[in-house]
Amino acid sequence: MQARMIARILLFSALFAAVLVGCAIAPSDERISADASAMIKNSFKARGQAGLDRLDQDDTQRLCSQAAGKTPPRDVAERIEKQNLATIKYPADGKLLGDWKNGEKIAQDGRGKQYSDDPKGPVGGNCYACHQLAPQELAYGTIGPSLYRFGKLRGYTVETQRYAYGKIFNSEAFAACSTMPRFGHNGILSEQQIKDVTALLMDPASPVNQ
Amino acid sequence: MRLACFAAAACAAFAFAASAQNSTTEGIAKYREALQEGNPAELWEARGEGLWKAPRGPNKVSLERCDLGLGAGIVKGAYAQLPKYFADADRVMDLETRLVWCMVKLQGISEADAKKNPFGNGNDKKSDIEALVAYVTSESRGVKMNVSVAHPKEMQMYRVGEKIFYFRGGPHDFGCVTCHGADNQRIRLQDLPNLTKIEGTQKAYTTWPAYRVSQGELRTFQWRLNDCFRQQRFPELEFGSDASIALTMFLAKNANGAAFDGPAIKR
Repeated sequence: MQARMIARILLFSALFAAVLVGCAIAPSDERISADASAMIKNSFKARGQAGLDRLDQDDTQRLCSQAAGKTPPRDVAERIEKQNLATIKYPADGKLLGDWKNGEKIAQDGRGKQYSDDPKGPVGGNCYACHQLAPQELAYGTIGPSLYRFGKLRGYTVETQRYAYGKIFNSEAFAACSTMPRFGHNGILSEQQIKDVTALLMDPASPVNQ
Repeated sequence: MRLACFAAAACAAFAFAASAQNSTTEGIAKYREALQEGNPAELWEARGEGLWKAPRGPNKVSLERCDLGLGAGIVKGAYAQLPKYFADADRVMDLETRLVWCMVKLQGISEADAKKNPFGNGNDKKSDIEALVAYVTSESRGVKMNVSVAHPKEMQMYRVGEKIFYFRGGPHDFGCVTCHGADNQRIRLQDLPNLTKIEGTQKAYTTWPAYRVSQGELRTFQWRLNDCFRQQRFPELEFGSDASIALTMFLAKNANGAAFDGPAIKR
């Protein structure tokens, strides 16, 4: 009798342990995501201009993190693009092209927004980090497509100017989870700076279009 | 030495201007090859070995009884199995956090003191941690990476590390994946390893720590992550934080099977 009871207790213990191990092996993907967000919050400290609020994700950042480097499902992508399209503010004066020479300087300048940067600026666009632009600059990156002859290939139309300005202002409006920063929407570049970079792409006299 | 390297780089840069993009990449490869001859990392390794063996701290003992995962005092091959779960700390630790643990527990140094200088400044301020890391990692050169996720806490760190890799935030929407999510990409002229693939991760992870010619310092993996997040426009990643260990776990485990080849030398 006693032996049988001990056997039963052992059996229950074994089952209970098996359930525990099973739970430990497979926390859900949602649970892991929540753990990751909590861990990130505890692992950074504010420094210089980079406060902890930078770790708070907006809808686009959250959905694109979930997509894990891939294009999100179509309905999600459409939601992201729609939301971001609504944020684009075109210049009140209707002029989309600034000074391409200044645009080239902004495209070259990688400073800005890092905790090691002067919060007073200047802030650049760092376009060459990821894109080929003017052919004279050989030290260009390849994360984004080549923009060499951007205007010349597409035509110097107002529609293309608007596309270029809008894309720089908020890239997520045109390609959900693009790797490109939302320079206007997130206040990285000013309206005048975006005009200048648009000119670098769209002015027939710009070295990009030679 | 550094001047010569910069001169070589400058000459190389002029040479690039005249040639096509392919030869640019070839030129950089040659420059890197030239760097391999004589790695100043050896100076950090020697200093680190001295620090490892010297009686230090209030307890006046060396780190030679420090357990890096293979048993007290075993350094050979230890780095190739880190990060890992340590029962005494009930925590998954990378090499840097484990070194701090040993300084605190064995040598009686306060945690704040042990962690206060994780990175040298390229000049007069040298970091003991960087030297110790150089020494310990040099003892795993040629050893195949073999990081375990058998313990539930190791698996948890691995999976959370993967999520952090894909976490996008800050004013630029950047995450690790922004620069390290595709093959054959460059930022300016710097090649970027694809850390979503095993091959790219193996090549990258096994060549940290590295002597950085442009900084005149031996840089640890903790430094690598810290500086990536700075460029991502995030706040500062805390030294030895859980997120830093989770990311290291994700990358180190994915590097399994490749022979560790550090400390290396990089631009």
